[in-house]
Amino acid sequence: MADKHHETPMLDELEKGPWPSFVSGIKRLRDQHENERIRGMANSLLGQLEHSYETRKGYWKGGTVSVYGYGGGIIPRFSEVGHAFPESKEFHTLRVQPPASNMYTTKILRQLADSWEKYGSGLQTFHGQTGNIMFIGTDTENTQHFFDEINSYGFDLGGAGPCVRTGMSCVGGARCEMSCCSEQVIHRKLLNNFTDDVHRPALPYKFKFKISGCPNDCQNAIERSDFAVIGTWRDEMQIDQDEVKNYVQTKGREYIIENVINRCPTNAICLNDDDTITVKDHECVRCMHCLNVMPKALHPGMDKGVTILIGGKRTLKIGDLMGTVVVPFMKLETEEDYDRLVELAEEVIDFWAENGLEHERCGEMIERIGLVNFLEGIGVDVDPNMVNHPRQVSYIRMDGWDEEAEKWYRRKLEEKHQAAG
Amino acid sequence: MATEMREPIESGCPDAFQYMHPVLRRNYRQWKWHDHPRPGVLRHVAYSGETVWTVKAGTQRILDVFTLRKLCDIGDQYADGYVHFTLRSNIEFMVTDEAKVEPLIKALEDAGFVVGGTANSVTMISHTQGWLHCDIPGTDASGVVKAMMDELVDEFRNCNMPNRVHITTSCCQINCGGQGDIAINVQHTKPPKINHDLVGNVCERPSVVARCPVAAIRPALVNGKPSLEVDEKKCICCGACFPPCPPMQINDAEHTKLSIWVGGNHSNARSKPTFHKLVASGIPNNPPRWPEATAIVKRILKAYKEGAKDWERINDWIERIGWPRFFEVTNLPFTKYHVDNWKGARNSLNASTHIRF
Repeated sequence: MADKHHETPMLDELEKGPWPSFVSGIKRLRDQHENERIRGMANSLLGQLEHSYETRKGYWKGGTVSVYGYGGGIIPRFSEVGHAFPESKEFHTLRVQPPASNMYTTKILRQLADSWEKYGSGLQTFHGQTGNIMFIGTDTENTQHFFDEINSYGFDLGGAGPCVRTGMSCVGGARCEMSCCSEQVIHRKLLNNFTDDVHRPALPYKFKFKISGCPNDCQNAIERSDFAVIGTWRDEMQIDQDEVKNYVQTKGREYIIENVINRCPTNAICLNDDDTITVKDHECVRCMHCLNVMPKALHPGMDKGVTILIGGKRTLKIGDLMGTVVVPFMKLETEEDYDRLVELAEEVIDFWAENGLEHERCGEMIERIGLVNFLEGIGVDVDPNMVNHPRQVSYIRMDGWDEEAEKWYRRKLEEKHQAAG
Repeated sequence: MATEMREPIESGCPDAFQYMHPVLRRNYRQWKWHDHPRPGVLRHVAYSGETVWTVKAGTQRILDVFTLRKLCDIGDQYADGYVHFTLRSNIEFMVTDEAKVEPLIKALEDAGFVVGGTANSVTMISHTQGWLHCDIPGTDASGVVKAMMDELVDEFRNCNMPNRVHITTSCCQINCGGQGDIAINVQHTKPPKINHDLVGNVCERPSVVARCPVAAIRPALVNGKPSLEVDEKKCICCGACFPPCPPMQINDAEHTKLSIWVGGNHSNARSKPTFHKLVASGIPNNPPRWPEATAIVKRILKAYKEGAKDWERINDWIERIGWPRFFEVTNLPFTKYHVDNWKGARNSLNASTHIRF
């Protein structure tokens, strides 16, 4: 079959130009791979894709495929035009959880490639938008064989459907001086506490964890995850004044004023007459801009921890939502700290599983019931860091005011006692 | 015949430390600063004094095993057998010997990969599956991205932008590609065409009714069969009914268009994170190279490059110059479709006399 190639005049146009071409890659599989099954699959796939390009339509349909013992993790694909392109008529993707932060040895990549060649199409992506390694294209039977093989050496399926999805974490402490937490550790503590909820979809809808080591939020956690963990610090920013002077000397005073001082969103930095800087740490919102411009001179403080935001998601169904601050600051140093983080995640997921409507993301549920009801449901006290500003509408029944005010003062007093040790 | 099935080992997310370059492991959370010796290369220095150079390269994202093994060969030869993939599917090689940086770059370029994508460049477009694998796509993803990166390759190789530019693409309005400084997304313009013969058997009708954001779908008997009907005056053509009910055919060779959105920014730097905003639509979904979409992206990038100050992301730049000026410098039409009417839309209206003349 593989001898007779489908014509691909439109796709051929995508072999031109300087950027690496995925079409050339699929053609390599078609023309050069020693395995006839792979050659045939690649040929069929190219044929169907060309047909999509000609007609401007997609021809894959979903279905139900999983592996023994799990309910999710596979994206089933059956071709609607399988009669014309039979060798890729079943073309399922396995979503496989990557090591936290997407770190690999070439040895493990080769091992995965060898396994995939045995059972699949030889096409993969590092990584899909949820964060999985996507092994693209195999039939129902080989889905099980491939999973059995890679599962035996430490890889497991990610989430698909209404379940806890594969998490994502930035490079973080492995190679970034902005890192304020152990991203890889947080990632595994959270995800691997919920393996059952990853593998057996039974939640209202998807639930995503993403971890960014600092407020630059390279993982888009606030915009894209139901549970965003973002590293931050609460003491003074660390300043190397000699390096500040170096920046002023090499870049010029005007550059530093224009690009650092004037860009501070809360006017918390000033440049002194001796070319050192002073930071008003209580007014600093940890936006990262000045650290990004002067990474040799400015570093996060020593008292590091995380901020947690809940409820980010994209358009469907009520429109885009950013995550909302639910924990302004949490230390993550000891086992007990990590336990508290995992417990919070359990509270959130349990409450949402019970109260979320079908196909309703956590953020949409919060929108529907109000943040205060959500906080009461998960046992978290209100905090002014959770709002941009207090309410501007008087339409609310407030006969519990005295009690609530009392609660606030009591909390503040407890915090004071705790701080005093 | 009962065959013994293998019980899965629910190991979840693998430990990253076993796959981490030893210099990264040794200096975990002990990095002091970084700089950017040249486009595509980062240098990180730890408190211990150890230094690591990272070389970043763009790939085709949909990797065949030959390409993956080629990347592994390069990693073995120059980078001690360790690699890292970024969020935007770039590959990174870490080396501890500065003398290996240039040969590594050469090896990557010779093998057809493109070194760059760091700092204030236009980095790799993050994208979705499209016609290659998705069950609901209005367009292709890899193709749009390949065609666009061919045109933007110099901006990937160099760092000539005021700040970094993250572009995303998505093949339906669910927008799996996510927020971007520039986002190229599908926009359907006609209500779904319903195959009434199939709805009753294929779709769980109440869930489809519930899925519609504007309550435009209701159960109906059509030609004596249980089906669904769409109030076409209410329908916003979003395609939300299509995934749970494929007979609600939303994709159309002619009426499925592309829209371009700008100013999505995930970072908290300077201002709080922002969602992208609509700037252009009605762009033909034109395979194999989508030239109309690329032309508009290039126009926006040109105006941004000329007009923005250092460190301004696209949202920061527009915030400073104002939307009227944005439409002027990009020569894009401002239409009634740009004025939001969704929930909370009044917050997007100008309730002041802050007007730039």
